[in-house]
Order: sequence, then C-alpha cells, then structure tokens
Amino acid sequence: MTTAQQQRGLHWFQALAGDAQPLNDLPASLRVADAELAGQPVRYLAVITDTSNPFPRARDGEVGLLEGWGLAQAVDEAIEADRDKATKRALIAIVDVPSQAYGRREEAYGIHQALAGAVDAYARARLAGHAVIGLLVGKAMSGAFLAHGYQANRLIALRDPGVMVHAMGKAAAARITLRSVDELEALAASVPPMAYDLDNYASLGLLAEVLDVEQVMQPTAADLTRVQAALGRALADIADSPRDLRNRLGAANRAASAQVRELLRAQW
Amino acid sequence: MADQNIQRLLAQRSFTELGARQRARALLDAGSFRELLDPFARLMSPWLPRQGIVPQADDGVVVAKGLIDGAPAVVIAIEGAFQGGSLGEVGGAKIAGALELAAEDNRNGTPTRAVLLLETGGVRLQEANLGLAAIAEIQAAIVELRQYQPVIGLVAGPVGCFGGMSIAAGLCSYLLVTREARLGLNGPQVIEQEAGIDEYDSRDRPFIWGLTGGEQRHASGLVDGYVSDDVEAIRSELHGLFAKGKPAQERSRRHAWFLQRLRAVDTAVQADAAAVRSAYQGA
Repeated sequence: MTTAQQQRGLHWFQALAGDAQPLNDLPASLRVADAELAGQPVRYLAVITDTSNPFPRARDGEVGLLEGWGLAQAVDEAIEADRDKATKRALIAIVDVPSQAYGRREEAYGIHQALAGAVDAYARARLAGHAVIGLLVGKAMSGAFLAHGYQANRLIALRDPGVMVHAMGKAAAARITLRSVDELEALAASVPPMAYDLDNYASLGLLAEVLDVEQVMQPTAADLTRVQAALGRALADIADSPRDLRNRLGAANRAASAQVRELLRAQW
Repeated sequence: MADQNIQRLLAQRSFTELGARQRARALLDAGSFRELLDPFARLMSPWLPRQGIVPQADDGVVVAKGLIDGAPAVVIAIEGAFQGGSLGEVGGAKIAGALELAAEDNRNGTPTRAVLLLETGGVRLQEANLGLAAIAEIQAAIVELRQYQPVIGLVAGPVGCFGGMSIAAGLCSYLLVTREARLGLNGPQVIEQEAGIDEYDSRDRPFIWGLTGGEQRHASGLVDGYVSDDVEAIRSELHGLFAKGKPAQERSRRHAWFLQRLRAVDTAVQADAAAVRSAYQGA
C-alpha cells in the first residue's frame, strides 16, 4: 500500500486543520482549509486519493491536471485575499504525493503546464511574503513534489521509511539508466543524491528539520503537538529570513551547488 | 519564384543542428558572446565518475552573457548531446545561479533578460535528488526574474523538453518551439513503464509527435510561437517578443481558464490531438 493509499496526507490534514471547514470549490482530490497556528493565520493544503477522479490515472493521490491547476487556484486565492494585509497567511503544503500522473490524457492536455501553475502560485506566494512550508509526511516524488512543496521557504520531514524524496520510481529509473533494479540499489547505497531513504536526503541540506513521531499514519495528540511546534519554529525563522531558497545551500554533499554560484558571480 | 525559394533555402542556417555553445552564440548580437564558467573552468559533475560515467568539462550547460537586440542578456543553453541534456548538480546550479544573478541585476537597475534553450530529459537520474533540487531552484528563479523582464524558453529539438524542466518551460513568459520539438512532463518510456503500452506506446513515434510535438503544442495554445528551424527566424522572433515586453498574464497563472476547459473534457474517452485542440480553442 502506498503512503497515499494509507491516506497519510488526509490524516495529517485533518489533525492540523481540526474543525476548519475545507474550501469547497476545488477538485475533490484536494483538501484546503484555513486555520490558526501559533497565533498566525495559515492555509493547509493536501493532495489526497480520489477514487472517482475524472482522470483515471490520478486516482491514487497523484498530482495530475486538476490537482496542479487546483493547487494554483487555492494558493492564488490566498495571495489575492491577503494582497493588502500586513500579515499574510502562511501556506503549509502537507506532502504525500506518490508521483505525478502518468498517462496519455495527462500528456495530451499538458500536465507540465498544470504543474507549472502550482509552482508559479507557490513561488509567487513566497515572493509576496507568505511563509511557505512543506511538511513531508509520506512520499514526495519528482514532478509531484516540485508542484506541491518544493517551492517552500522551509521543508520539514517526519522520520519514517515511508517518507521518501526522489526523482523517479526504481523500476522506471532502472529502465532509463539501462541498469537492473539491483544495480540501481547498489549505486543508491553509495551515492547520496541517488538514495531513496530520508537520512541520505537529509545529508543534502535541503531539510530544515526532521521530526520523530509515534504514529506517522495517524498522528497521536503528542505527534500533533510536536509537529505544530516545529511549524511554529519554522514560521518564526522564516519571518527573519530572505524570501529566496538560499538556506538550502549549506551542506557538504551540495558543495558544488554553492561553488558554482560563487564562481558565476565572480565572472558575471 | 522557384529561384527565390531556392535562394531562401540556401541562405537558411539550421538552428537544431548547432550544439549548445553555437546556439548561444548565434542568438546573441554579433561579437557580444562571453561564456561564463566555460569548459576551461573544469566544473564537472562530482557524482558521475564514481558511477563509471565520463563527466564533461561544462556539465552540459552553456551560460553566455552578451547583448540581444542591443540589450543586456544571458543565454542559457543545455547540450542535448551530453547525457540526454539531463540536469545534475553542476549544470542545474549553473542555470539557477545565472537566473538568480539576472534577477539581481534587475533589482540593481540593469535590465538583464534571459533566454533558455531547453534540450533536456529533466533530472539526471545519476544525481537524482540534487537534479530535482536544482530544478526547484531554477523554477523559483524564473518566477522571480520574469517579474522584471521576459524569460523566453525555446525548445528546438531534437531532444525535446521533459521532466521537471517541462514545468520550468511552462513558467516562462514566452515559449517557442520548432517542428522538431517535443514538450511533455513524462518521457514516453516512463509512461509506458508506469501505465502500460496500451496507455502509451513509446515506440510509436507519430503518435508521440502528434500529441506532444511542437506543431500540436502550438495549435493547442500551449506555446506562444512556432518557428522554423532557421537562426535568423528565431533571432527575429526573440527580438519581437523582447520588444513586446512582459505578457499581460503568464500562461502558468491561468488556472481559472484551464480548470474550466478541463472540467468540460469527456475523460471517459482516451485523449487525441483533435480533442485537445478543440478543448483549448482560444487559448
């Protein structure tokens, strides 16, 4: 069972959003609600499974055409509503996305453009002064993660084998790189950016925090308190920081990313 | 008349046949090309050699500053011939870093504009998570820069533009394609692997071009211009778009329009090119 089928995203959304009424003019595969956290207005956003999704390849929590454009709408509405406000609501993307939707309809109708819609909205929200946080509670795969979470000022992950960031599933990655799955796994064990586990991912310096929880699939009261505290810390941290993604550049396993920028600036 | 056509054909210079460095040079005003972090900088992938893959001295990305129609510009060209144009840590950082500096120029009063030559399968799987992270940063930088100046993407072919970089293409102020171009999120092999051959036959080239090729993307309003494979035609298209300035609203901001159209699609039947053109009429 995938993390999305376990409905991790939905369960964390319900725990965090509490009694808040979900917005109802969005695709059924999205849950979006406004609430308060640490005395600040926040909007929680999750992509969930929808067994009657009109697009059959997007029924297991994948980010497809409706989900990409729907996220864009949900984020854009927050930007518009807070345009003239001093305090702009934070956007918290609850990330449990097994993949983008793979299908003929998706390619034909331009799923790349739908996902660009979501990326666009999250990035503009960040630039407009909304704090954006990605909370990884399950899979955060490839294009789906780019569209839902990867534009965040801060990324927070739960420590669990089901929490996983990657560019492509193992079978497809093996096919494209002309390797067997065994060979791919052997390489992944020694090359940190290729690995599928969270500790290797954390070594790349992209996460602000990794949290231990008791029940990753259905949070306990203590889990909820711990995650809310971490979100609160991230909000305070973001308030005093630049709105760009520079904070991701410190790790030894990402040294080249920083070095390239330094040399480019010198030659610019 | 026939003579004139022959003369015109003889005068044409193919763009798709050029490598990344030649493409960047061809688009910048004559004599203004200056490459940053050129191959002599020897900034190579730290991750490929340990997997038995020979790295390249520019990691497959050319960043060149210069002028376009007399205005300051940076052209970023991906070399499709190296590892399928895939983006790893170094190449990805070159693109993100150059776009970030162009945005900084604009904040400081220098109106640097950017052209992206997209010839890429997306993330380089040998550097998976660092490629993905870099693409998120490239996307952030496009959205930032296009607030000031148009960011123009061009997919010329033959590789096309896929994966996370197709999302980056979708963020550009303007997007141009040739007949050789393909633009889509998921590569045909990956879709076939994930969804089966009935859903997507990766060997059926006419089918794939029919759905994701430049002509279809243009006819469906998913790109802004369909250009011939000719250096002069492409230069003049770029000059025209830069002269026009930023679009009233970028395509990636049109969620209301696209959602309305997608909700009207009969998803019980499989998609084909004609249905998409009809659904997106007036885009």
